[in-house]
Amino acid sequence: MKFRRFAILVRQTSAWRGWPLAVAVVVLAVFPHVGGDFYVDLVLTTMILSIFALSLELLVGRTGLVSFGHAAFFGIAAYATALLSPSGAAPSHAWLLPAGVATAALAAAVIGAFCLRARGVYFIMVTLAFAQMTYFVFHDTKLAGGSDGLYLNVKPALTLDGITIVDLRNPRTFYYATLVLLVLVYAVLAAIGRSRFGHALAGIRANEQRMRAAGFSTYGYKLAAFTLAGALAGIAGFLHAVKDGFVSPEILAWHQSGAVLLMLILGGIGTLRGAVLGAFAFVLMKELFQSEALFGAFAKHWQLPLGLAVIACVALMPNGIVALPTQLRRFRAPLLNAG
Amino acid sequence: MDFAVFLVQCLNAVQYGLLLFLVASGLTLIFGILGVINLAHGSFYMIGAYLAYALAPLAAAHSGGGFPAALAIGVVLSIVFGYVLEWVFVSYLYEREHLQQVLMTYGLILVFEELRSIALGDDVHGVAVPEWLAGSVPLGGVMTYPVYRLFMSGVCLLVALALYAVIARTRVGMAIRAGATNREMAQALGVDIRLLYRIVFAAGVALAVFAGMLAAPVTSVYPGMGNQVLIVSFVVVVIGGIGSIRGALLASLLVGFVDTFGNVLVPQIAGVLVYVLMAAILLWRPEGLFRTG
Amino acid sequence: MKHRRNTLAAALVAGALCVATVGVHAQSKIKVGMMLPYTGTYAALGTAIENGFRLYVQQQGGKLGGREIEYFKVDDESEPSKAVDNMNKLIKRDNVDVVVGTVHSGVVMAMAKVARDTNTLLVIPNAGAEAVTGPMCAPNIFRSSFSNWQPGYAMGKVAGERGAKKVVTITWKYAAGDESVEGFKEGLKASGGEVVKDLTLPFPNVEFQALLTDIAATKPDVVYAFFAGGGAVKFVKDYAAAGLNRTIPLYGPGFLTDGTLEAQGASAQGMLTTLHYADGLDNAKDKAFRADYAKTYKVAPDVYAVQGYDAAQMLGAGLDAVKGDVSKRNELVAAMEKARIDSPRGAFTLSKAHNPVQDMYLRKVVGTENRFEGVAAKALADPARGCNM
Repeated sequence: MKFRRFAILVRQTSAWRGWPLAVAVVVLAVFPHVGGDFYVDLVLTTMILSIFALSLELLVGRTGLVSFGHAAFFGIAAYATALLSPSGAAPSHAWLLPAGVATAALAAAVIGAFCLRARGVYFIMVTLAFAQMTYFVFHDTKLAGGSDGLYLNVKPALTLDGITIVDLRNPRTFYYATLVLLVLVYAVLAAIGRSRFGHALAGIRANEQRMRAAGFSTYGYKLAAFTLAGALAGIAGFLHAVKDGFVSPEILAWHQSGAVLLMLILGGIGTLRGAVLGAFAFVLMKELFQSEALFGAFAKHWQLPLGLAVIACVALMPNGIVALPTQLRRFRAPLLNAG
Repeated sequence: MDFAVFLVQCLNAVQYGLLLFLVASGLTLIFGILGVINLAHGSFYMIGAYLAYALAPLAAAHSGGGFPAALAIGVVLSIVFGYVLEWVFVSYLYEREHLQQVLMTYGLILVFEELRSIALGDDVHGVAVPEWLAGSVPLGGVMTYPVYRLFMSGVCLLVALALYAVIARTRVGMAIRAGATNREMAQALGVDIRLLYRIVFAAGVALAVFAGMLAAPVTSVYPGMGNQVLIVSFVVVVIGGIGSIRGALLASLLVGFVDTFGNVLVPQIAGVLVYVLMAAILLWRPEGLFRTG
Repeated sequence: MKHRRNTLAAALVAGALCVATVGVHAQSKIKVGMMLPYTGTYAALGTAIENGFRLYVQQQGGKLGGREIEYFKVDDESEPSKAVDNMNKLIKRDNVDVVVGTVHSGVVMAMAKVARDTNTLLVIPNAGAEAVTGPMCAPNIFRSSFSNWQPGYAMGKVAGERGAKKVVTITWKYAAGDESVEGFKEGLKASGGEVVKDLTLPFPNVEFQALLTDIAATKPDVVYAFFAGGGAVKFVKDYAAAGLNRTIPLYGPGFLTDGTLEAQGASAQGMLTTLHYADGLDNAKDKAFRADYAKTYKVAPDVYAVQGYDAAQMLGAGLDAVKGDVSKRNELVAAMEKARIDSPRGAFTLSKAHNPVQDMYLRKVVGTENRFEGVAAKALADPARGCNM
């Protein structure tokens, strides 16, 4: 009897769908102890990009709103962090992080109010235009250092009564803080996915007219999603500013917005793990093609294989990496049945 | 500013606007008729400029007829290139969602940039203005206006008129207008949509390449020149209305004026003004100035 | 018995390994990371700098401080946004001993920040950002070129001496442009002249037409322009095409006409510029340098090549003093600080903030040469405002 119960327990545990995620978190947590400095930096950058991609997933994957200007909120939060941090002592990120996120959320609410009046391809264009607008505000005006960018003088730390609890100047601490935030954002988005709000958004994606007929004020829901996505992108922006201690207008450029859309489609639109996978896949591809060890002198033309890879991935794997097992199964099925 | 200077700045604005029109008209045709968001359109402009640089020795060798010959060669090459590109790549984009089109054409930008880098290098180049256009016309007391810029405006205007003539007065134009309004109906009525799409795409590419070749002496030839033009062209297309040539013309001139006078009067925010213009127009007319279909 | 023999053998092997490692270490190469623009409007400058650097090393038999040099290159594309990542590639991935770079002032500020944070030795062969020998100065940061203020100030003095009262400035809106114009204004102030308008456009835009029209409308005595590389070529040509060069003299720091005269042709003739280098300098080192450079690279050198050459000289002086042992950082730095660099531009020493103290020459464009006309400012030192060294 006991053995039977034990066997069932083992089967249930191994069938838990959360295993891949748990393993991933453990691997990321252990990495700084085994990887070289440069590669730990790379993973750190990718985790920040994952948060960015996750925030956009809420818009594109769940609500069906393709925004080509999401980098604007990433950048606004990063700049807010740099501008608000004082030049003397280390600012406490207890207020700096919320401040950055709030700025991004406010911008998202305002910009969203304008953009959401457009539909379909016009929506894509208008989000692009507003992102370009914010880019030029930071690039051309004296507001924040112009095209040369702006420096964060001192990185933030959380102090209580003079005792430093979390010092983000310490690279290790910063790495783990980022990991914690990544897990938090993932959890929040997963919870939203199961909530009434999340289901309403999914309904809007499927058929907006029907949702409106059913009595939902779709504009309000869309605006809420847009603002929330902007706020989450703000978390990534804050982390980016603190990581390098430097922000420049290029983080607002449409290339950045395009890159994050690419990450989503690479990983697989519609799933949270797709967003994270896509971010890692994108960064890995870039590093791979830039590697002089593999490509020698040709490595300086890394954008060529990257462009071809992008085209190939979008054409052949339109549902992304997460859908690869299903795609392969479908591919193999006729062969299995042939015999 | 006094009146004479104001007139000269208007000349500058019109010249920039007309050049923008060449690029935007191709984009609006591709966007409106084929329904494809083609981010690589800026790359065609860049290809045109580099083509002008590559063909410059040829142009210099035959002093009088060299430059028009180079332009003609460029146009022919680009039509062939556009035709082939549509056949092997773009035709697979019609059935896909906008996001996939955006990303695949984004990959195309990367490919074109690197191919250009491999073939012609990454340096910034100047292209010489042909001898017979190299003079300057005196305007007012102090300054002169380069003849070449006047030539550019003239040529762009001619192309605009030719485009109008083709679209409004020929059978091909009629088929294009029909395809833009209602694709399925046009197909049902016997228009060979596949061939039409190929022609329209090739024409769009040729317009952008031609614009790049024409602008090369004025803007210099440098990597990344396509990106700037791309975004502004999209803004023009959206302001003018997707698929409308008339809209593209009006919108390009509007953008030309806003940009030129913005750079002179309020240089700090000049970059933002164009987008503010777009936001304002979209608030007033959500589908652009002139809608089609 | 066996036990003692084994211990002896082990000791011998260990001893041999130690000697071998030390020996290997002494002969291993010094890793030099070159972070320069190899693409974009400043690509030609990046190449010239690298050529100059390599020429000096070659002249020393391929060694500095008795050790061979291993080069690592990164293209910074003159992009401040990628600067931190590019620096990290050289420092953390390639583990270089010294970084040499760059051209763009915005990029070099990010480089200086990373260099300070990681205590990496940085030698700057061009970028004149004042912050680097100002508030961000550090013992491990050196410059073999100039600060943006120096040529600007010299030109301002010259413009004032020639009677300019009403001036319009035009440049790209980034650190180098702003600082160059500020230097010019300071030099002009003494003579009572005034800058009535500051025109700018975003880097690296070259659509000057509307601004040229504005200049014509303002009718100044003189125009001061800062551009370099591809932008300089275009501006001088456009200025002439608008007919302005006949009525309003165009002044600028030497970057406006260095390495660009071939492309600028007739449009640049007669222009006056100030720089710490010129053609026709009467010193033996310059003549030898030019001959050697032309023989090796088949083109004439420009100020960027000289700066690259001097960066290698500076580094070499330091490495010679420590016999190639880069771990002796303090002695290395002290030697570099005290060095008197025998440069093709004329010998110079470094200020306390590690910027060259040098003569600024007045040059005139004649044919494809920036001919030496006189000394605009003697032994000019950058004020190094904000440096606490």
